[in-house]
Amino acid sequence: MARTLRFDIFRYNPQDAGSVPHMQRFNLDENPNMTLFIALNRLREEQDPGLKFDFCCRAGICGACAIVINGRPGLACQTKTKDLPDDITLMPLPVFKMLGDLTVDTGVWFREMYQKTESWVHTKKVFDPNAEEERMDNAVAEQIYELERCIECGCCVAACGTARLRSDFMGAAALNRIARFVVDPRDQRSDKEYFDVIGNDYGIFGCMGLLACEDVCPKGLPLQNQLGFLRRKMGITALKQIFKRG
Amino acid sequence: MQIFYSDLLVVGAGLSGERIAVESADAGFDVIVLSIVPARRSHSSAAQGGMQAALGNCAMGKGDSVDVHFADTVKGSDWGCDQEVARLFADAAPIEMRRLAHWGVPWNRVVPGKSFYFKGGEKFEKYEEPDKEGLITARSFGGTAKWRTCYTSDGTGHAVMCTMDNRCAQLGIDVRDRKEAIALIHDGENCCGAVVRCLRTGELEAYLSRATAICTGGFGRIYKATTNAVICDGGGHILAMDTGVVPVGNPEAIQFHPTGIVPTDILVTEGCRGDGGTLLDVNEERFMQIYEPEKAELASRDVVSRRMTEHMRAGKGVKSPYGEHLWLDIRHLGDKHISTKLREVDEICHHFLGVDPRTQLIPVRPTQHYTMAGIRTNKDGAAYGLTGLFSAGEAACWDMHGFNRLGGNSLAETVVAGGIIGRKIAEFLQGHDVKIDSRLAREAVLAQKDRIAALIERRNGRENVYEVRNAMQEALMDGCFVFRNGKDLEKCVETLKEVYERAGKVGLRSDGKGANYEVSSALKIKGQVKLALCIATAALARTESRGSHTREDYPERNDREWLTRTLAYWPEGADMPDLKYEDASPVFELPPGERGYGGGKIITADAAFIEERTIKR
Repeated sequence: MARTLRFDIFRYNPQDAGSVPHMQRFNLDENPNMTLFIALNRLREEQDPGLKFDFCCRAGICGACAIVINGRPGLACQTKTKDLPDDITLMPLPVFKMLGDLTVDTGVWFREMYQKTESWVHTKKVFDPNAEEERMDNAVAEQIYELERCIECGCCVAACGTARLRSDFMGAAALNRIARFVVDPRDQRSDKEYFDVIGNDYGIFGCMGLLACEDVCPKGLPLQNQLGFLRRKMGITALKQIFKRG
Repeated sequence: MQIFYSDLLVVGAGLSGERIAVESADAGFDVIVLSIVPARRSHSSAAQGGMQAALGNCAMGKGDSVDVHFADTVKGSDWGCDQEVARLFADAAPIEMRRLAHWGVPWNRVVPGKSFYFKGGEKFEKYEEPDKEGLITARSFGGTAKWRTCYTSDGTGHAVMCTMDNRCAQLGIDVRDRKEAIALIHDGENCCGAVVRCLRTGELEAYLSRATAICTGGFGRIYKATTNAVICDGGGHILAMDTGVVPVGNPEAIQFHPTGIVPTDILVTEGCRGDGGTLLDVNEERFMQIYEPEKAELASRDVVSRRMTEHMRAGKGVKSPYGEHLWLDIRHLGDKHISTKLREVDEICHHFLGVDPRTQLIPVRPTQHYTMAGIRTNKDGAAYGLTGLFSAGEAACWDMHGFNRLGGNSLAETVVAGGIIGRKIAEFLQGHDVKIDSRLAREAVLAQKDRIAALIERRNGRENVYEVRNAMQEALMDGCFVFRNGKDLEKCVETLKEVYERAGKVGLRSDGKGANYEVSSALKIKGQVKLALCIATAALARTESRGSHTREDYPERNDREWLTRTLAYWPEGADMPDLKYEDASPVFELPPGERGYGGGKIITADAAFIEERTIKR
């Protein structure tokens, strides 16, 4: 027997002076193999053409559709309704700027993060189009890719106790980004230079260790390990600096 | 009205757009890049398998060269491509892969020694040379003579996109997301920017520039069943076509990928078959080797999609509530391979099918995947018809793919073409001035404001945009899919004409306030139906079968009459496209011949015509 799902969805249009934030109830009959991508599009096409939400690849690859689903951040496209109860509450991600209904501004947040972490390979080498590529061990390439798999959906930031309390905390995505360059032999930044970026309360020492970031990461990134890795590495750098000063 | 000025305006922040931006910024020009979504969510990031480039580092790529890559590309295109462009591409691809490595892409590398690989379900051994250790390696893809596809696991597009966007951040390039271009600003001869709708506020803005590049990807979303992201909706093509003077090249050339999953149409990479995966039928038996003894599962995509459809028509499909399908089998590749080289595939199977590909089969069938069709440009990436307008990547018909593109050639094209065309744009900017006419900009913005007001006030009618869109998508599925014929195409054209009329009568049901999605959809529905009509009329006119364009009533490839490229114009006020033609290639380095797979008869071209244009390199 097909279920009727009851959706409670956060509504607010900041571009409409008359709009007040509220929850709106929708009913929808469930189809086989239904995901929240299918459900939300049906709601928009059949019931409320003004409903705002974001999807892009709808295959769990691009990170556009993160929302809070019954209290937990996740990708809407790969959430199957059969795994949810009859009552489904959908909210926009916290921390990020709200743009309307379920949409938030992850784009600006992450572009700022690239600048804070200087998210690029720092090298003095100049590309020579006539030369063979610099060699790399395949295991190292795989290790870099493992951390490069972040899709910037924002789930880890939305689930982060520290980020909710303090807007200046960089969040797991940024720390993971730094770790990605630390393991990359092409990046010539020293430990000291990395330490200057993350060796503080905005970075590795701000984390309260609640570790929800890894629990909610839809790509299963090893965010706890990366934090541990950076803390150990940066701890040693900090000690060295204290020692030098002494 | 806000006006933003730059030397170059790039519409679309996927790989080709950002690659162009990087090249122009490096040359000292001021660039603004606009994107509907944050750059890294662009559809480039969904490309899984890899990029073709003849580096020849791995054992199975030994003896590869840019000449072999060129020949594979021309054969893949079924001689529909521009051979000058295919040559430019093949020659530049290896250098571009190395450049990407320098910028930070974690390409998989050669691991020396003995290892195993699978082909047609059987296990073989290969030996990687110790002196190649650590160089960029490659995997096998369809329609290629060598293993040539450079990759990062099965997240190549994602990894390269991250690196390219990092490069933009490093250079301080102004990349703005949630900005959608809805019309070009032009005077019929020069393009000088675009009217842009902000998807945060719904406000219209004018961007004025000396050069404009459209890099908005393909338009698969005008089909019902497509692997494409929801943003691949033809927005960029509509900008160009709405000028009335810029043509779409080869609109009938649409690729159907053999392995979209059932249901949901999400892609699983050709790398599955490249790495040794097989296709099975309802009896769980292989069948591709019956039709294609030489290439089997690794014939080109047009051929595999046709053979799969034929096999299903012969009653060998698997019946399901979502229609018939076949199976993709990668079980024999084993846990380690799937967990490291096919991770995205593993996740997609888990999340969207509830299938473990180590032990279970994956339901697949041909699904719309790629548009070889696109904004027609010359080999410098300059669009026909308007000075100062450029295009690159899937949005463009540059045209290295002709009537069928090879797997791994489109992702490579984004960055290779982006580099080449980026340099050409920089050259253009050195010597090109436009009169920036603020009146032109103001009028263009006012015209768009009025369009939006008309939709909100339902001045043209009350048609529901989603229902119109659905009717268009269904019509294309019925008439312009893997197999086509005159009768169904005629019906398709008639249906689409009616849909076009309805598209002109769309009115909103919502209030249209702010960054309203119904407004976005309604603004482009007419343009989408125009694109659909271009596909259908061009497919009806082309009375031959070439690459992905297969006419059941004209099964021969007819080089005598159809060694041509369609140019579909939509003049202002017209209700049907105007089809013109040009020669497929100005020169032949590889004269038309057999592809070596796919079968089919060829009606040969006039020998003197071919000889006259054949060049030696």
